[in-house]
Amino acid sequence: MKVEIPFSHRQSAHCESGVLANLLTHHGLELSEAMTFGLGAGLFFAYLPFIKLNHLPLTTFRSAAGGIIKHAAPALGICVTTKRFSREKKAMEALDRLLGNGVPVGLQIGIYWLPYIPRAFRFHFNAHNLVVYGQQGDEYLISDPVMPGPVTCPSMDLQRARFAKGALAPKGRLYYITRMPQKIELAQAAGKAIVKVSKLMTKTPVPIIGVRGIRFLANRLEKWPVKLGDKKAALYLGQLVRMQEEIGTGGGGFRFIYAAFLQECGALLAEKSLTGLSEKMTAVGDRWREFAVIAARICKGRAEKDDTYAAMADIIRDCAERERRIFTRLLHLFS
Amino acid sequence: MKVEDVPQDSGITEGVSEIRYALDNDGRYVMAGSKGWDVVNTVNRQAWDEISHQTAEVLARIRRGEVSVLAYYMALNQMDEMLLAKYARLSRRRVRRHLKPKVFAGLKRDMQACYARIFRVEVEEFASGRLPDSVINIYEG
Repeated sequence: MKVEIPFSHRQSAHCESGVLANLLTHHGLELSEAMTFGLGAGLFFAYLPFIKLNHLPLTTFRSAAGGIIKHAAPALGICVTTKRFSREKKAMEALDRLLGNGVPVGLQIGIYWLPYIPRAFRFHFNAHNLVVYGQQGDEYLISDPVMPGPVTCPSMDLQRARFAKGALAPKGRLYYITRMPQKIELAQAAGKAIVKVSKLMTKTPVPIIGVRGIRFLANRLEKWPVKLGDKKAALYLGQLVRMQEEIGTGGGGFRFIYAAFLQECGALLAEKSLTGLSEKMTAVGDRWREFAVIAARICKGRAEKDDTYAAMADIIRDCAERERRIFTRLLHLFS
Repeated sequence: MKVEDVPQDSGITEGVSEIRYALDNDGRYVMAGSKGWDVVNTVNRQAWDEISHQTAEVLARIRRGEVSVLAYYMALNQMDEMLLAKYARLSRRRVRRHLKPKVFAGLKRDMQACYARIFRVEVEEFASGRLPDSVINIYEG
């Protein structure tokens, strides 16, 4: 079988916002990745010590897998059809059928099984996203937003990746756009999405989520060396920085994407204060990166005099406070 | 972060350039390519060193006869009993049993084939119980 749907690949910083932006562009609505990320209420924080990846606790700097699409679709008035499968064969047949009908398909997949992903990134992380836009012989044509150009993947590997097991198992999940709206109220949608994120970050009554979650992490992190010993503490720390900065998950990175979104909104809504808040958000991203630099020195065993867990906890608490101020201000602006 | 501050430390990305959002000279956000960041390279290396370390420990335990060869493939593939059980569609208890050298030696062919498929090795290779002399870290291999 040979199918190739004309699809323009644009590389992006984050997989899910990149996939959605590229799918929307394909359907005639050209949105930036940052705008898509913002409309999808992509920014988030949760420290989930009870979910483990490689025996180490999970921290997320963005919304759950599928969250961006779930929020952006109603905000934009688009219809996205999502399907999950219990049988692998059925899942591949459904994909082939859609491709045959000329529909580019988004997939949630496990990154561990993808041969084209650089070896060093292959962990059992199951919430990666990509677009399949064709098939050639035994290979699928793939637009993976974190890759510079289109790639191919053998069907066996793709099938495996679609049915990766463990935390956030994709269960063959595929999605595609079935309807585009006549008119889009971008400004209104952006305002709503900002309120959504601001509420989640400042008003969630759960101690591990949002600004409270960031503080909770800071308090826990401070005690890691005593509670876990130096070696394990360094492993926890390394995992945290990986969640924050590594491919497709860049968390300092997520703060920067959101800052880019706020900047775009500032122009869109002719609202000057948004530009200022965008700058403040940039500063938070820089602060998260400062933490990562110290953390990396500790992981490498090259800690300098002031590189302590207490110092890192202070930076993280400062991030929490700064994010609290930004989102409180945003909430005021839009509600 | 400004465009000129976007790190260009090559390492784990195998030459794949990533996108980072950074500010240009006019304070506007742009997408900038990054070859990687030493901070990320460090923590990524730490993760792989840990995987190699655990795999080496498992090899030693297998040689002492404490666990079966299955443990090596699990460590190599970053799987614990729970995750492997899900891939193999078995109960965790059964996977744990297969970690006993004696039980493993008596595994039926189709069970061996099931595991071999998950770990992407030939069933003969898996069943032979051959082990490498040492663990290859992806940073050295």
